[in-house]
Amino acid sequence: MAAQRHAVLVPASRPGAARTGKGAPTAAEATPAAVGGTAKAPALLPFERVVELHGSVVLRVCRVLVGQQDAEDAWSETFLAALRTYPDLAPDANVEAWLVTIARNKCIDVHRRSARLPIPLAELPERPSLSEPHTLLERDEDLWAALQNLPDKQRRAVVYHHLAGLPYAQVAEVLGNSEAAARRAAADGIRSLRGTYPFAVSPVDRRTKNTAGEQP
Amino acid sequence: MNGTLIADNTRGTDDADVLAGLRARLARSARQENLLDVAYRTVDTPLGSLLLAATEKGLVRVAFALEDHDAVLNVLATRISPRILQVPGRLDAAARELDEYFAGRRTAFDLPLDFRLAAGFRLEVLQHLPEIAYGTTASYAMVARLAGNPGAVRAVGTACGRNPLPVVVPCHRVVRSDGSPGGYLGGPAAKEKLLRLESAA
Repeated sequence: MAAQRHAVLVPASRPGAARTGKGAPTAAEATPAAVGGTAKAPALLPFERVVELHGSVVLRVCRVLVGQQDAEDAWSETFLAALRTYPDLAPDANVEAWLVTIARNKCIDVHRRSARLPIPLAELPERPSLSEPHTLLERDEDLWAALQNLPDKQRRAVVYHHLAGLPYAQVAEVLGNSEAAARRAAADGIRSLRGTYPFAVSPVDRRTKNTAGEQP
Repeated sequence: MNGTLIADNTRGTDDADVLAGLRARLARSARQENLLDVAYRTVDTPLGSLLLAATEKGLVRVAFALEDHDAVLNVLATRISPRILQVPGRLDAAARELDEYFAGRRTAFDLPLDFRLAAGFRLEVLQHLPEIAYGTTASYAMVARLAGNPGAVRAVGTACGRNPLPVVVPCHRVVRSDGSPGGYLGGPAAKEKLLRLESAA
C-alpha cells in the first residue's frame, strides 16, 4: 500500500505545458490546445474535475439512500471526506467506486443522526465485520484496481448495488436497462471479481439475502 | 420500498442548480477545514480568458487560454496538489488588480506571489523583472546582467518563456536587442497588446 502511495508523488514530466507558444503568428488566441497534449496523465485529476464528473451520480446515490431532504448533507460530507484523503488515492483507482463507497458510509451517518427514512439503510450492517470491512474499503486499492478492469455496465452495476447499496430497480434506472439486466450485470461482475479480488465473495453472500427480500 | 421512490420525481434540470450550490458549499467547507491547496478562477481580459490560481501563500499561476487551462490545472495537480477547487473568492484581489491594469489604471501589482513553480536562475530572473518600469522595455541581455549573469542571455529567454505568472510578473517587457518583441507565452500578439497598453497609459 505504501509503495502505491508513493507513485502519486512522482511528478509527471510534462515539459510541453510551460513552453512558449512561439510559432503561431496571428490567430494565436484562436487556437485552444496548442501547448502539449493532456493525453497521458499518470497523476490524479484536479479535484474540481472529480466533482464535475461524479457529483451528479453521488447525488443520486445519496437521494436513494437517505431521501431528498438529507441528500445534500450526505453529498457535502462525502465530497469533503473525499477531498481529505484524495491525495493518497492511487492514480489508477476507480474514482466513482471510491466516492460511492464513501457516500454510502456518510449516508449511514446522516441516517443515524436524523433517523427519518428507514428504508434501504435498515438492511445495511451497522458495523464493518471482518468479512466485509466497509470502512477499510474506502482505501482498498486492490478493489479499485480490480473494478477498473470490469466492463463498464458490470462495473457500475457492482458499484451501485454492492457498494452503494442501491436496489436493482434503482441500479437499472441509473444504467438505463431493466432490473433483470442490472442484476445479471452485477452477478457477472462479481463472478469476474472473484478471480481478481479475494474479498468479492462476502458482499455477494450478504446481498443475496437482501435482494431476495426485495422481490415481490 | 416507498422510501426509495421519493428520489425519482426530483431528477431533472434543476439538478444543475442543486449541484452548483453544493459545489459552492464544498468550496467553503474545504477552505474552513484547510483542505484547499489550490484555488482558481478565470477572468475575462482583452487578452482572452486568463486562469488565476493561488495557494495559501499567494498567486501561483496565471495562464493564457492558449496554454489550455485544463492542461495547466493538471500540471498544478501534479506539481502542487490535486486538492484543487474553483473558488472565485480567494482570488478577488488578483482579479480586481488585473481589471485595473487592463483599464490602464494600475502600473504595478501588489499581490502576494508564490514562486514555487520556478527555481534557480529562472527564479532569479523572474524576481528582477518588476525592476523594468511600466511602459518601458529591456533586452534579454540587460535582464541577464540584472540577474547577475551577463552570459546567460538564452537562459533569460527560457525563464521568461516559462514564467508561471505572466502579466503580473512582467516578462512581456523583455524584448529582443533589435527592439522586436520576441516570443511570448500568450502568443506574440498578446505581448504587443500589453506593450501598446503600457505605452498608451
